[in-house]
Amino acid sequence: MSEMPTIRSRKLEITYNIPISRTLKFWEGLKEGKIYASKCRKCGKLYFPPVADCGNCYSSDMDWVELSGEGEVEAFTHIIVRPVSFQEHPPYTVAIARLKEGVKALAWITGVKKKDVRIGMKVKLVPRITEDGRLTYEFKPMRE
Amino acid sequence: MKTRRVAIIGVGHSKFGERQDVNVKELAFESIKEALNDAGVTPKDIPYLSVGSIGVWYEEPLPAVAIAEYSGMSGAGLYKVEAACATGSAAIHTAYSAIASGYVDLALVVGVEKMREVDTLTAMELMGRAGSYLWEFENFGLTFPGYYALYATAHMNRFGSTEEDLALVAVKAHGYGAMNPLAHLRREISVEDVLSSHVIAWPLKLYDCCPISDGSAAAVLASEEKVRELGIDTPVWITGIGMSSGTGTLSYREDYVGLEATVKASKQAYRMAGVTPSDVEVAEVHDCFTIAEILAYEDLGFCGKGEGHKLVREGQTEVGGKIPVNLDGGLKSKGHPIGATGVSMMVELTKQLREEVEPRSRQAPLKKYIALAHNVGGTGHYCYVTILRR
Repeated sequence: MSEMPTIRSRKLEITYNIPISRTLKFWEGLKEGKIYASKCRKCGKLYFPPVADCGNCYSSDMDWVELSGEGEVEAFTHIIVRPVSFQEHPPYTVAIARLKEGVKALAWITGVKKKDVRIGMKVKLVPRITEDGRLTYEFKPMRE
Repeated sequence: MKTRRVAIIGVGHSKFGERQDVNVKELAFESIKEALNDAGVTPKDIPYLSVGSIGVWYEEPLPAVAIAEYSGMSGAGLYKVEAACATGSAAIHTAYSAIASGYVDLALVVGVEKMREVDTLTAMELMGRAGSYLWEFENFGLTFPGYYALYATAHMNRFGSTEEDLALVAVKAHGYGAMNPLAHLRREISVEDVLSSHVIAWPLKLYDCCPISDGSAAAVLASEEKVRELGIDTPVWITGIGMSSGTGTLSYREDYVGLEATVKASKQAYRMAGVTPSDVEVAEVHDCFTIAEILAYEDLGFCGKGEGHKLVREGQTEVGGKIPVNLDGGLKSKGHPIGATGVSMMVELTKQLREEVEPRSRQAPLKKYIALAHNVGGTGHYCYVTILRR
């Protein structure tokens, strides 16, 4: 870093325990191979990522709707320089796709060469459990 | 709404760059001292101090307290303001409001950031987490260059902007930055330099990205009565401020070819100031990445939607063009110490409007003396547009 004289501070390591009780259906769904969106029973607004409370009409009466996962890429990027906690991963491609149901999703796109990723390509959002046990989801290219 | 007029009466600006020669308090002191001297007031005259800073990359968790103490202003009304990369403009807004409402007659705003006390990849992590941590960082490791790269691919696909167009923004920024003694990166570059620099988040390369900088900037704001009392000869009036915001989660956004928060904030600012985009004679826009400057041209109404890259191709945003933009080098070359940036924009535009920019080759020609600052937090997570007039 710098050649200037400095004092090295005491080290602090922080991790957060993020509550998921109110969206548990979504996280459990990933284990069952399903991707759920939440839908407000009062105003009908569909949410992905899912929420437990509707910011549109303020109802907390939510329904869970399974998504087809089928969508079309609207924007993407290849992340080459990765943040410190992603150093163990090779470079990855992040895409945003609009799903058939109207909501959009942001996730890694895998199973396709970088040079073949393009806007408008058809993809399917599928659940994934990582090697270290994290519940997530990713886009796979769909055969046209 | 009946409010009082508010002017900027003093400005100060530290050297931007890797500043491991100073801690956060010493760095803030540099611009505070200059701003107070410029206004002709003392620290004891300041009843209200607004500190813009994100923190986390430096050791002090309560920087406002530390800075007020170090600069002899403990006892003043005090807080720290956060609006991501628009923090500086938000801090200006709080002081503006306090004076406009009649709460105080004089206020000091300082924006400061020390980002180089942690390593680059840790800084990238801390920035990447700011947005929508659970849905976009936890599993997907999205970075700030990554956020804007998503917008770049969408804009290029929809409107035919190219990597060369993006490079032209960087070349312009470095051209002016090379002239600015306070800029972080003071070196001219070519389109080829940009295109051949290594990819950070495709299509954005190293030279499409602003550096990670340390720096501070300060401004003294005063009521019209105070301006008269102090006998200030060139007050710069804040005639319009617009503020808006957007979702933290990018997938909740409607599209990726513009920032709705910029459109909303700028309309509000133009309306309040009673001006149109064509009245603006010099602007500072938020060019944290080259694509961001092109989006800003369009969203601020300097050109039509999808035409931003044509403005830079034609040289319309240079001195002598339709609307000169970022004559201090912008975030891209001057540097982007996050909390300082919005205040730094006010410092530059105040000097532009006073016609005291050095060297003269980066002074915008002025007739109406109207300037605009556009400061975005995140990727349109926050936006502030401020219109100044001499």
